Amino acid sequence: MMALDLSQNKHADVSYEEKERLFEEVKADERWHHVLYGCYECGICVAACPSARFYDFSPRVIAQAVAREDIDLIYTLMSDSIWDCSQCFSCDRCPRQNSPGQIITVMREVAVKNGLQTAKDALQGYGRIIYKIMATGSQVSPDMLQPDAFPDWGTHVYEIAENLEEWRRALPPETLHTTETGWKVDQKTIIELYLIWHMTGVMDLIEGVDEGLFMILVDVMEERLEEAGYDDITFD
Amino acid sequence: MIHLPVVKATDRKFEADPDNAPTEDIREELFQLEKEGELEVIRVPDNYIELPTKYGRMKKIPVEKTWHHKSCGQCGHIPGYSTSIFWLNRQFGLDYYDPTDQTSCTAWNYYASATSNPEAQAAVAIRNFAAADEVGYFPLIHCGTSFGHYKEVRHALVHQHDLRRKVKKIMERLGKKLVIPEEIVHYSEWVLAMKDRIAERQEIDMSNITATVHPACHYHKLIEEDAIYDSEIYGAQRTAIVTGTLQALGINVGDYSTWFDCCGFGFRHILVSRDFSRSFSVQRKIEVMKEEVDPDIVVTHDTGCVTTLDQSQFAGRAHDKKVGLPVMSDSQVAALAMGAHPYKVLQLHWHNTDNKPFLRKLGLDIDKQWAEFQAEVDLIKAGKKEYMTWEDADK
Ligand code: SF4
Ligand code: SF4
Repeated sequence: MMALDLSQNKHADVSYEEKERLFEEVKADERWHHVLYGCYECGICVAACPSARFYDFSPRVIAQAVAREDIDLIYTLMSDSIWDCSQCFSCDRCPRQNSPGQIITVMREVAVKNGLQTAKDALQGYGRIIYKIMATGSQVSPDMLQPDAFPDWGTHVYEIAENLEEWRRALPPETLHTTETGWKVDQKTIIELYLIWHMTGVMDLIEGVDEGLFMILVDVMEERLEEAGYDDITFD
Repeated sequence: MIHLPVVKATDRKFEADPDNAPTEDIREELFQLEKEGELEVIRVPDNYIELPTKYGRMKKIPVEKTWHHKSCGQCGHIPGYSTSIFWLNRQFGLDYYDPTDQTSCTAWNYYASATSNPEAQAAVAIRNFAAADEVGYFPLIHCGTSFGHYKEVRHALVHQHDLRRKVKKIMERLGKKLVIPEEIVHYSEWVLAMKDRIAERQEIDMSNITATVHPACHYHKLIEEDAIYDSEIYGAQRTAIVTGTLQALGINVGDYSTWFDCCGFGFRHILVSRDFSRSFSVQRKIEVMKEEVDPDIVVTHDTGCVTTLDQSQFAGRAHDKKVGLPVMSDSQVAALAMGAHPYKVLQLHWHNTDNKPFLRKLGLDIDKQWAEFQAEVDLIKAGKKEYMTWEDADK
């Protein structure tokens, strides 16, 4: 594991103004005033944090950096550490009522929204999952249980993959006979989901971090939206 | 010198006082916003049971007319989890609704990749709530993350006027109303509320079983005041969820030192950085449970927790870790106690870690039961039957 040396300004190539702009965006988030109240440096969040046990990562460092508005350090953390967080919110135990986990949620969102390289790197290999959730309304599906995707889950994954169709039919709830989605989802429901992605700017966000994925999603969505009578999906 | 009476920790009884709760009662805010015409509140249906939350406020848990907000991971990878919830409802003859007009809450992806934003997340939530309201049922949330996330969404919508306005506009465009349930209810709260009725109908004695409980982070750490606590369980110092249910079934619940720790799911980690999930799950949860309690089973109440704790043990075997604990949901254990079929209803063949010793300890003839399930699958394979029905499952 590479140690994260926080004493150096690792991203001196990025201008201070740009780093400051990104931090201003973080601070402009509506949640900001409920996730940071200062920091005692007590380390309670670190003691509760699963990621701190396995990575060179600390929710205390995150809270300290943003509380002190250390612009260079914030950028360094945004370029690496934030993706180690498990988003478990064990750090909500903070006696100061901070939520380092939520601070990270906001920082991640800003990294994605600005198409930062860190977000692109973190999302590498994750595109098929984004495709699944955005295109089908279900995060994981039975047909994802393939031995090559989950080699560390053992031989039972082979058994599931081999019997998938019949085992799904051997489920009593009628909604669960699907293999490509977790459950049967209505066409109209999917259309409404697509409209939400378009109306809330999520499609633009995807375009910024993964253009290939964006093109595939547009292809899939456009056809179904047109069929449903939505030619114009602009929203103000 | 001031002399204060010394009370030993074990003699102290913690009684939560709702009048002195450090947090607001979000329901009051909701009803106020409804009066102002900002939103509509979906009322808990008449048939409900009240359970106490962290600061002593009572939470209404609907018994029936529930709209089952299913979970991606449960339905996709451990489908006996949701099947057991439905089976329990059917056993009690309760009116429930299993919708197809439902999407994922999409929060797994949000916490994993941040490729979304608060408006989209709130709109997805309200679309699902509106779908429940339109058919006259009340949302019952199967996933722990959906539950935690929806509590956060409700909190944001109550406090952020701008977000409310944006989401309302989106809903108008979809031809829907901005509706928010009076209570955000997790299915495990329903199981806990039903524990005495489940125990009355118990067919399998479980008094020789020891379990360890893992509480889902997003259940009790997000909007912590809206989780069930009970002065009889852990002195109301920890959530009573799952533990209360198991104790009602006569199961001995063992305590262990890393109870508060997460399972290692990590949202993005379980999909693309599983080395972390495996290590954390095995070293901080399973091995500790094994060393300190050596239980027959681990019981939890969330999609990610069952998945991570169960699936991670396979790789642990290769490293001579102390693994080998079967993992199930409270809904599966409750259904099993009431005589549900381990393969037709609990669908335990989708789980990873060997659960046969546990089932045998309960006195079940699992070879015969596997053959019964296999016979159903053979009929489907031979084209003699399209699906296994609820009636087949109870044969
Ligand atoms: S949310 Fe992130 S920072 Fe907080 S305890 Fe969990 S892993 Fe650590
Ligand atoms: S628990 Fe809170 S106050 Fe203590 S170090 Fe962490 S963020 Fe700072």
